Amino acid sequence: MGIIKLETKDKKRKVTNNRMTNKNLLSGNEAIARGAYEAGVKVGVGYPGTPSTEILENFTKYEDVVTEWSVNEKVAMEVGLGSALAGKRTLVTMKHVGLNVAADPLFTASYIGANAGMVVVVADDPDLHSSQNEQDSRHYARAAKVPMLEPSDSQEAKEFVRYACELSEGFDTPIFLRSVTRISHSKTVVAFEPKLNYEHDKGFEKENIKKHVMIPAFARQRHFVVEDRMKALEEFSNRIEINRIEKGKGEIAFVTAGLCYNYVKEVFPEADIFKIGMVYPLPMRNLLEFCKGYEKVYVVEELDPFIEDQLKARGANNIVGKEILPVTGEYSPELIYTAITGNKFKGMEVGIKPFARPPMLCPGCPHAQTFNAMNKLGLTVSGDIGCYTLGTLPPYSAMHACVDMGASIPFAQGIELAQGSEFKHDVVAVIGDSTFAHSGITGLINAAYNKRRILVIVLDNSTTAMTGMQPNPFNGSTITGEETVVIDYQKLAEAIGIKKDNFRTVTAYKEEIISETIQELLAKKELCLMVVTGPCLIYKRKKEKNNG
Amino acid sequence: MDKIKNILMVGVGGQGIITASDILSEAALLDGHDVKKSEIHGMSQRGGSVFAHIRYGKKVYSPTIKTGEADVLLSLELIETVRWLSYANEKTKVILSETKIQPQTVKEYPESVIDSLKKKFKDFYLVNPIEINKQNGSHKVLNTTLLGVLSNLLEISDKSWEKAMENLVPKGTYESNLSAFSLGKKLFS
Repeated sequence: MGIIKLETKDKKRKVTNNRMTNKNLLSGNEAIARGAYEAGVKVGVGYPGTPSTEILENFTKYEDVVTEWSVNEKVAMEVGLGSALAGKRTLVTMKHVGLNVAADPLFTASYIGANAGMVVVVADDPDLHSSQNEQDSRHYARAAKVPMLEPSDSQEAKEFVRYACELSEGFDTPIFLRSVTRISHSKTVVAFEPKLNYEHDKGFEKENIKKHVMIPAFARQRHFVVEDRMKALEEFSNRIEINRIEKGKGEIAFVTAGLCYNYVKEVFPEADIFKIGMVYPLPMRNLLEFCKGYEKVYVVEELDPFIEDQLKARGANNIVGKEILPVTGEYSPELIYTAITGNKFKGMEVGIKPFARPPMLCPGCPHAQTFNAMNKLGLTVSGDIGCYTLGTLPPYSAMHACVDMGASIPFAQGIELAQGSEFKHDVVAVIGDSTFAHSGITGLINAAYNKRRILVIVLDNSTTAMTGMQPNPFNGSTITGEETVVIDYQKLAEAIGIKKDNFRTVTAYKEEIISETIQELLAKKELCLMVVTGPCLIYKRKKEKNNG
Repeated sequence: MDKIKNILMVGVGGQGIITASDILSEAALLDGHDVKKSEIHGMSQRGGSVFAHIRYGKKVYSPTIKTGEADVLLSLELIETVRWLSYANEKTKVILSETKIQPQTVKEYPESVIDSLKKKFKDFYLVNPIEINKQNGSHKVLNTTLLGVLSNLLEISDKSWEKAMENLVPKGTYESNLSAFSLGKKLFS
């Protein structure tokens, strides 16, 4: 079966060899897109989210590929699975919190498998440069029993996509590629290879219901297959080039993966290093053997003790990791060096304390008026993800909760439920257009169905601004700029069951009208939907530039 | 050259750090070096503090510079220079374009930043952007002039700088960028 074929292929694969014959500086995200192109990936789907966004934006530029911004990550995962089962190599992209949204299909996709390669790229954000939490996606690999590769620079990011396609096909499984912000947004040297003209011999097999329809009777059988696959994968993990030992002087030893490998090499160039390219399943036999050779082995990984805990659970008792290294934030070469040696790096200072530059709504952002109005009215504002989170901070100070995409509308309903007959009708849910399409609509249906009495305000700036102007189902174009349908808010409201008189559209530029409309709708003490329209300034400028 | 060169470029979102650092990285690459560049961008950085680490040499591992190890600190904004000082040491060469960007929320801009910096660094190149813009006849190529200043401190060939600009500046602006670069090259040579 596939495993044998893969092994021979893998022996030819030298990941670290110097192949600087053609040199290109690519960000990790650009490299992943290039890798997908070279691997003959045909289909790319995802939902924008920093730091993953540029993968699909770059992939869509290649010829002979089809791409889409799916409305959310769950949909992307499902479209991706369908595409891979229909015989096309497929790339699915998202950020770490997006993987939570896609988790439902992920766990069953693991049972179903893939025909052509299905590579799910998930980009974590250590240090929360632009995220609401700092989760470590590697836990999903383990929980969903899906293998995961983690590259340490752009060259590996490119190569690992192709390798992931092969592994996905060889082991009949979806496969993860994990990035982090500083891989996705760092540029390093990449050598290009020609595009592979890949054709999978299998299309979608209608008769294969025991593999594709996960009713309990079939799923129960597939679970055994998954467990066997993970065992085979762990064994395989011990034999592949991307999990390798780099011999140094033997004075200090590390187990590390991804970006952290480069940090370790930077400060301990002569260390013995076990570099892990497949972070799940781990090459456990080789790792344990490696660890035996030293008094102490440092495990360096961002964020959680994922490798460390598994090593300890398998009896390695000389591991040093999170006792001295943090589980929060990004690592750096000096952080690792200081933790291990106690020596500090010293920088300059001049005794002046620089003021902070907190991110803010752009000067002139049309939606500032709405936040000002809500602030003046003293409302309780349940907010959402996107630029609008910036309405939380001064000078607006007009948002009091923000959890995840789409949470604003159900969160406000929770306040209403909790207050019961004491409900003050001063609760407003605020959400952007892209987020509303992503997962706000279901919350709105819930409100209508359950006869809730909140006011929902969609701040529509005609684009997905925070991640860099991606189109969405409310602005009329697709990822390639092709014209498409636009969801009609009013018809949507009516279809859901919101009264005609409880729906309003206002322009973002008149604070007075916004304020009056909010008060008028709140006074109705019924579910109301208000859409405030004002295109994002940057989007507008960009559009004008392109048109003329 | 075995020693890695570390250049840190800092400023405020919208000042053009990313493009300037791309040009430097490309020039180093064209000169045959291994290059790594790390930056933080994204919409949340609009108007926020922005930085780019550029490292080049025979073999570069970390894409980020270590504390105290920047060879050059190129800053497009006064207070940003101060913010990133921990990456510098007294031998670090500082190029500073004398611009002040004060956020709405900040009442007072700290005084005597330049004097404090001058005392700390032997190699301190202060650039007056108003003067430069006058000489360039445009404010759009200021960063290229700063790259010209920077080029005096690095051993990257003119040919590679020129090719990098050709590859990366907007179409039709190569000539104006080239002359802005020469201006910077002459300024402190």
